[in-house]
Amino acid sequence: MRALVLALALVAVPAWLGAEEKVVSGLSEDRIEITANFNGSDLLIYGAVSRDAPPPTDSSLDVIITVQGPSFPVNVRRKSRVLGIWVNTDTVTVDSAPSFYAIATTRPFEQIISNTDDIRYSVAFTRELRSMSVARTLMYSHNFTTALIRIRQKQGFYALQDASVRLAQDTLFRTDIRLPANLVEGVYKTRIFLTRNKQVVALDERSIYVRKVGLERWLFRLSRTQPAIYGALALAIAAFAGWAASAGFRALKR
Amino acid sequence: MQIYLPIAEVSVNAFLLFGLGGIVGILSGLFGVGGGFIITPLLFFVGVPPTVAVATGANQVVASSISGVLAHLKRKTVDIRMGVVLMVAGIAGSTAGIWLFNLLSRSGQIDLFVQLSYVLFLGVVGAMMLQESVRSLRRAKRAVAPVKRSQHMWVHRLPLKMKFRTSGLYISIIPPIVVGFGVGVLAAVMGVGGGFIMVPAMIYLLNMPTKVVIGTSLFQIIFVTGFTTFMHALTNQSVDILLAVLLILGGVIGAQIGAALALRLRAEQLRILLALLVLLVCGKLALDLLLTPGELYSLAPVGRG
Repeated sequence: MRALVLALALVAVPAWLGAEEKVVSGLSEDRIEITANFNGSDLLIYGAVSRDAPPPTDSSLDVIITVQGPSFPVNVRRKSRVLGIWVNTDTVTVDSAPSFYAIATTRPFEQIISNTDDIRYSVAFTRELRSMSVARTLMYSHNFTTALIRIRQKQGFYALQDASVRLAQDTLFRTDIRLPANLVEGVYKTRIFLTRNKQVVALDERSIYVRKVGLERWLFRLSRTQPAIYGALALAIAAFAGWAASAGFRALKR
Repeated sequence: MQIYLPIAEVSVNAFLLFGLGGIVGILSGLFGVGGGFIITPLLFFVGVPPTVAVATGANQVVASSISGVLAHLKRKTVDIRMGVVLMVAGIAGSTAGIWLFNLLSRSGQIDLFVQLSYVLFLGVVGAMMLQESVRSLRRAKRAVAPVKRSQHMWVHRLPLKMKFRTSGLYISIIPPIVVGFGVGVLAAVMGVGGGFIMVPAMIYLLNMPTKVVIGTSLFQIIFVTGFTTFMHALTNQSVDILLAVLLILGGVIGAQIGAALALRLRAEQLRILLALLVLLVCGKLALDLLLTPGELYSLAPVGRG
């Protein structure tokens, strides 16, 4: 009897996270390979909402999709003028910042998710950074984290695409996310949130594997695991090219 | 055609890199400079991180110097003994340079230091070249007067003398060691061969005959930049072979075009153009330091520059 109650409780717990609405999603590719001529990639994320009962009519359904690249610590440096020239004077280390972060929504971000749920799931860029970085002196480091976001947004690594998710008949949705050419290797986490009344009602997660392949991978791995061999290889190529050039053009002159 | 550079982790147009290598090759063919001092700042401009630009620039200089020295070895215009002395000092200098580079990398001042060094050296060398070429252009119009090589008597009073037969010199090995060491530091920090510093130093400080200067300087540059490349690969993992190959290919072809052009064009006028180009790059780098930047903040991965 007690076991039955426990089992029921376990089944019932996820109920608040959308027992009536669930996400079924798909990706255009779950494996992205960086080759020598890799020039970015367009990722299509699509899916459907599955329901046991007709959708509630008192609230509208919204979708938030995030794609997050692997995180690394980053030094954010600020320049100031010293003796007439601009020099890096202050540094704040953000302990963990995602190398890529894109958010796509059906409507403007603030209108479809509450602050509490934004914090709970760390959806916005700022949340993602703040939840992970140690905010020692918060006001001081705030300028640095906003600078980090601003720079990465300009470089195309962070993107907030309001109203770029298309939702049809409250059931089918799709969006395109542009992945830049300077992509970092690793596991990219995709999250799809369904919200109603600014509350998250369902969540689906998927992973995309991004890795260098072929020559790119081989060179990168060699430079990290066998730096001595890599250095020797670099020299051998240079020596050969230098010799071949002089020999080749001497042959041409004859 | 965009190409993804595995170590720099940026995607750059391959033809642009090939073209950069080509331009530098033409310059080196025309003027006999290694071109490292011009390629590294150009790489900064196209978005290659400074650490990778410096290390890969050194690798490119290895190739162009080998190509150059082979011709000089055939003509027996290389003072190998002097080259070896300069090389040993150069490798010591390069070791010190790598240490300095890593120290500055960690404190976040490497970009500033590399840029300042470039502004300083490009400014001085550009101004000197401009002055010299304007003077020789004037001299060419008037009567040709032989230039006397200045004699530094204090150089001859130093101890530890050694005989350098090819150069016909019997001098102390201290000045070559100082010159070699200094050039080694420059090679590591700036990714240059240092020929543009060493050639005048050999002529005016060591009194070496002009005909062996270029071959000997190339000889020593091969080893110093080779060592520098290797050490950067070992400690910073910042040599990008793919980038180097593109630059070398462009450079090798450009060098031959440059050498052919040099036979047809007037050297003095070209030298003025090169001087202006050097001053232009210097000016651009200086402006970056002096003008208020549009973005005060910059990002750097922790533990890699």
